[in-house]
Amino acid sequence: MRSKLAFVFALAFASSGLAAVPALAQKQGGVLRIYHRDNLPSLSIHEEATISTVMPAMAVFNNLVLFDQHKEINSPDSIVPELADSWSWNADKTALTFKLHEGVKWHDGKPFTAKDVKCTWDILLGKNPDVRKNPRAIWWQNLKDVVVKNDHEVTFQLNHPQGAFLSLFASGYSPVYPCHVSAKDMRTNPIGTGPFKFVEFKRGEGLKFVRNPDYWKKGLPYLDGIEWRIIENRSTRILAFVAGEFDLTFAADVSVPLLKDVTSQAPKAICQMAPTYVSTNLIINPKVPPFNDAKIRKAMALALDRKAIIDIVSQGKHDMSGVMLPPPEGRWGMPPERLAKLPGYSADVAKSRAEARKIMEGLGYSADKPLKVKISTRNIAIYRDPAVILIDQLKQIYIDGELEVVDTSIWHAKVTRGDYSVGLNLTGVGVDDPDVNLYENYSCNSERNLTRYCNKEVDALIDKQSQESDVAKRKEIVWQVEEKLAEDLARPIISYERAATCWQPQLKNFTLHHNGIYNNWRLEDVWLDK
Amino acid sequence: MGAYLIRRLLLMIVTLFGMSVLIFVMLRLVPGDITDIIFDSAGFVNPAQKKRIEQQLGLDKPIVTQYITWINGLAHGDLGYAYVSEKPAIDEILPRIPVTAKLAGLALLFSVLFGVPLGVISAVRQDTRLDYILRVVSLSGLSLPSFWLGLLILMACVQWFGWIPIYKTSPGNVWEEIWLLSIPAAAVGFRSSALVMRLTRSSMLEVLRQDYIRTARAKGASERAVNYDHALRNAVLPVVTVIGIEAAFLIGGLIVTETVFNIPGVARFLVEAIRWRDYPIVQNLVMFIAVVVVVMNFIVDMLYVALDPRIKYGE
Repeated sequence: MRSKLAFVFALAFASSGLAAVPALAQKQGGVLRIYHRDNLPSLSIHEEATISTVMPAMAVFNNLVLFDQHKEINSPDSIVPELADSWSWNADKTALTFKLHEGVKWHDGKPFTAKDVKCTWDILLGKNPDVRKNPRAIWWQNLKDVVVKNDHEVTFQLNHPQGAFLSLFASGYSPVYPCHVSAKDMRTNPIGTGPFKFVEFKRGEGLKFVRNPDYWKKGLPYLDGIEWRIIENRSTRILAFVAGEFDLTFAADVSVPLLKDVTSQAPKAICQMAPTYVSTNLIINPKVPPFNDAKIRKAMALALDRKAIIDIVSQGKHDMSGVMLPPPEGRWGMPPERLAKLPGYSADVAKSRAEARKIMEGLGYSADKPLKVKISTRNIAIYRDPAVILIDQLKQIYIDGELEVVDTSIWHAKVTRGDYSVGLNLTGVGVDDPDVNLYENYSCNSERNLTRYCNKEVDALIDKQSQESDVAKRKEIVWQVEEKLAEDLARPIISYERAATCWQPQLKNFTLHHNGIYNNWRLEDVWLDK
Repeated sequence: MGAYLIRRLLLMIVTLFGMSVLIFVMLRLVPGDITDIIFDSAGFVNPAQKKRIEQQLGLDKPIVTQYITWINGLAHGDLGYAYVSEKPAIDEILPRIPVTAKLAGLALLFSVLFGVPLGVISAVRQDTRLDYILRVVSLSGLSLPSFWLGLLILMACVQWFGWIPIYKTSPGNVWEEIWLLSIPAAAVGFRSSALVMRLTRSSMLEVLRQDYIRTARAKGASERAVNYDHALRNAVLPVVTVIGIEAAFLIGGLIVTETVFNIPGVARFLVEAIRWRDYPIVQNLVMFIAVVVVVMNFIVDMLYVALDPRIKYGE
């Protein structure tokens, strides 16, 4: 913890030092070169839930409001206007009205109006049958209707007050789509109002975006374009970055061990290690015997040595946490002293494991008669590595795990079918707010609640925190939810990942967000000092 | 010969038909389908939406109907639409073929230019220091995995030149393209040339011990004429077979090299399409590779006749 605090202070010190340096005049022109780690599934942000799509496609669009691209921490205080010039709530906080910027045009020249806003949220409310997937439907469950007053004013009517509602609009996952472009075209040839126009996407090769000369924010963007090259082999793309072929790495692509290589081989590169809001979590299928027995699930929680996993996988850099991202970057994470009281979080691992063994022995398991189980995980190193350590830790409590590596393309289908007993999963969260994390992953009616965990008491608490406007009171309810989830062993979080994003010194005015990776890729005011 | 050619062509058609059935069935036996995969990037699966996508893609129809639709389309030059990119499959496949063909051609050229002469030298200078050196080099070529060699080359380029030879979508000119391709081609060709060299050497050693070689020498033919006109011509038949197999392999087997050097070729694309269960891409690409293999075998058989007049088919 001390080293992490020192890291944060060092960053703050460095930032203050940088602030003292006179600002350079922005230069117009140049093409930003970024590498992409894989072939993105499609370019339609609303149909995907992966950074692979958001990072390149976000530059094509605008939101109604957006998290400030130059503040490291996303919070309601860092929300700035975008397509909406202003917004206001009604007296009982159940109607949010946006006044829209006038004179905005889509990339194909058609005017942007309030109807486009309604069309977009109709997609999210599941009213557009041409859209194949709607992964964030749960975000908008409180949205009753979208009412267009005129071309430049639109009101979102809610079922009940929701303090975090505006934050949902500020995510990179919430761009405004045009009414007049089909869902298929938005997947393959998107049209936006944003700073860059989409040119082409060649699978296995790359993506091209060019400057939108008619961008409604005068003088922006500074860049002539953005070129992405897809390099799936990590060694090759890191070597290419070191050789100066790219200005920016893919988001959080530089892992802790790789960071040393990059900083030693490219000493001028700027690298920031920050939380990604991606958690490594244990999934236990409560419908498959013997894991339908809460005692076994509790024993498994007690067997976890999170610190050992973090030390091995990330040289101690990842964060031990509950469901919400921990402080200092996370705004809702439990304080460490309270976290330590949750089952499986005690520093005295030996004592916890002794207790776990006692439970297992009570259920008839022993060193001679272990419980044999397959530990399923996705065939990607960041999934496999902790899974292997998990197997070793479970051995301590008479659980003989066998690693089942699942083809990455069918992982979610398999888990959704419930075709697993125990698994290790990674989950990314779009916005650092309990409404996003808790509703998406733990509420009974969420499609993205992979384990199908359902506890009406927890649902009621999640609703309660959502409607609480006082931050301190809301935190207290969120932590009660955390305690309940830990008690129920609902997808226990093993750690929250930290990884580095690097850029060359010629890339200016770029700010990395420190409590999420999904919201800072508009890139309209970054520039190249070449 | 005419009857033989007709028989061969018929056999080729039967082989390709068998291939089409095999790939079609095998692809559908692989766990997971495109709809699962489409949903994977959204982190969930919605059964109702999944069903709708299956209908859109025609996957709800019986498998025989799906097969007939594909073959019928193939016969009419319609390869269908790629499931993932939602573009015509032909537009996805065609631009990648020349990239791989050029890489494979250069790798093959590299392997023949180095493998055959060095194999002859190694045989002629059997058990000399040069022979030992060449044998060690060829063994290292066979032992080094091409991905590792590729990574070594990349690291060396970055370390020494501060430059990385990753293929660009649109190289500036022909020379730049050849230069960019020649490095991965050398990495692949090193293994192939080692194979060709070993085979040429052993084949030459066998031929050099034949009576007619002694006769040629007795007639006063120069060493060069003996080695290249008499011995190599007779030793080259197995080498041609291997080169033919390698040529066919290189069209579909450059997966690792294309990945390491980030070359947007057929092999890497095929693996990607298999991962996505993009049936129209996989089926048509495998059929293309099957055609290449069948045609290459046919060409090799025909080359036998040209190289050795004693060989006559259909008699």
